[in-house]
Amino acid sequence: MADTMIEADSLVKSYGETRALAGVSFSVPAGTVLGLLGPNGAGKTTAVRILTTLTLPEAGSARVAGIDVLASPGAVRRQIGVAAQDATLDGLLTGRQNLVLVGELSGMRSGLARSRAAELLELFELADAADRVVKGYSGGMRRRLDLAASMLTRPPVLFLDEPTTGLDPVSRQRVWEVIRDLIGSGVTVLLTTQYLDEADALADRIVVVDHGQVIAEGTPRELKERSRSAHVEVTLAEPGAQAAEAIAPLVGGHLSVSADGLRLGAAVDSAPGLATALVRALDQAGILVDNIEVRQPSLDDVFFALTGAHIPGDDNGSAAEQPSAAERESEGARA
Amino acid sequence: MTPTIVQRPRDAAGTWMTAGSAAERIKNVASMTRRNLVHISREPMQLSDVTVQPVLFTVLFIYLFGGAIPIPGGSYKAFILAGLLALNLTTSTMGTAVGLATDLHEGIIDRLRVLPMWRPAVLVGRSMADLLTSCLCALVVAATGLAAGWRTSAGPLPIVAGFALVLFFAYSLSWVAACVGLNSKSPESAASFGFIVLFPLAFVSNAMVPTQHMPGWLQAIADWNPVSAVTAGARQLWHNPNPSGAISAWPMQHPVEASLAWSVLILAAAAPLASWFFRRRTLS
Repeated sequence: MADTMIEADSLVKSYGETRALAGVSFSVPAGTVLGLLGPNGAGKTTAVRILTTLTLPEAGSARVAGIDVLASPGAVRRQIGVAAQDATLDGLLTGRQNLVLVGELSGMRSGLARSRAAELLELFELADAADRVVKGYSGGMRRRLDLAASMLTRPPVLFLDEPTTGLDPVSRQRVWEVIRDLIGSGVTVLLTTQYLDEADALADRIVVVDHGQVIAEGTPRELKERSRSAHVEVTLAEPGAQAAEAIAPLVGGHLSVSADGLRLGAAVDSAPGLATALVRALDQAGILVDNIEVRQPSLDDVFFALTGAHIPGDDNGSAAEQPSAAERESEGARA
Repeated sequence: MTPTIVQRPRDAAGTWMTAGSAAERIKNVASMTRRNLVHISREPMQLSDVTVQPVLFTVLFIYLFGGAIPIPGGSYKAFILAGLLALNLTTSTMGTAVGLATDLHEGIIDRLRVLPMWRPAVLVGRSMADLLTSCLCALVVAATGLAAGWRTSAGPLPIVAGFALVLFFAYSLSWVAACVGLNSKSPESAASFGFIVLFPLAFVSNAMVPTQHMPGWLQAIADWNPVSAVTAGARQLWHNPNPSGAISAWPMQHPVEASLAWSVLILAAAAPLASWFFRRRTLS
């Protein structure tokens, strides 16, 4: 097995006037998950389509499982599983028939395809709907069936293009669990997502793309450290002008005060013991504090720092951060 | 999860025409054929052009026009059956065009394109499913004809040969329809192909009326129309009245040979062309 299972080298692709990819390079070591993070139209799907033999690049090269994608697309197809952004299913077949068809066309014996289909329908909680025509499935069910189809032959390399877009929180959690199980089994995954918490939760490394270019790369931790900024919010028991004066030296003067004068917010460089220092300063000034929160930078803050724009549909960084932390805890408790 | 070892075929190249062994290709075709048959079972109205239409046409032509069109050497009933078979099978190839155009507009095509399958199976599987529905169509035409009084004095072998001749022609024509479907912007535009091309093709022939009464230029076209050769061939094999036998044009003198030649020629041109269109259409 090659050490690097997915390799994109200077990929260029235009659609008419739009340059979807302007020289994108990244690689994914065997058995790891790369999160390709970026807003809509950043070029994520185009990169996936090239790597999965669906589209030819104008320039650049790509290798999957050590095989040249342009020279031997057929051989690449034997190594990959793909869950596309738009579910790619046969609406007139049942869920089970869809999976068996995919299995048979991938060279599995019918019996094996059948048993594997049953297994995956169970795993994705589609067993009850297995013999219903896919046309009647909900959006979430279609996405889950598409994911099942991508994993049917247990391919060593998996491409998941926005696997949880449009899923309800419970289904999303289920998909995350399945992806985590896969990672444990040594599969290499390229995951594209608009959700920072998803990349944070699943990916070993993250490549941030915007306007067809890689603008940042690293582990989730490295990316967060790069933005350095933390956010402080202090809630006072009663309004007092001296509170701002008391903490101003600690937060560098970038203070915002809410209309009722009860809440103070500031972006700060994260520093050890910052919360302690803030409480001490406020206490010395005789101010009663109800609550103090120092929030570490979320990936959205990172993305904002890099591009000057929040991720679409995810414009409140703390909102994205909070449930993910909770989910990770419940995840840990289960494990 | 229990670990399952998936048998992966070992060939490395895996490009357009070399993927997989012959056995694997046949399996791919069988899977795709079955898939298309399931489609038909889900939307039985798709079958109306090979079930309702033949019954309707047979009844219409025999009882409506039958009395008005004199046939030298026999009855219109005996004359029209081969023509009805050719008419129904020719126009039903529209289904191939619509089916392929629909597939290309659904997400399923992207799924198929990332599978390590023999891609022409998409086309061959479609043509196989359409051949099976053509056989159903032939049965419906024969049964309706028998009920309405069509008879043949030919032996079992020539009877089967007559049906096979028309079915083979319809099969080759379904590859032309595939080319049209692969170049259609939508299933609807693929359907209009039927009315613009297939109906004139079927009607400007000896299928419904003897060509002798047509204007000279039209008769020339009709006598060289492959549908005429196929129809005359079946009439000859079934010992049914065949007024075209009196026409000196080569295909009318040798209708069986001519229809086989047409079918082989059309298939040899349209099948590779369809594969090429498919490859072009699915590689952006």
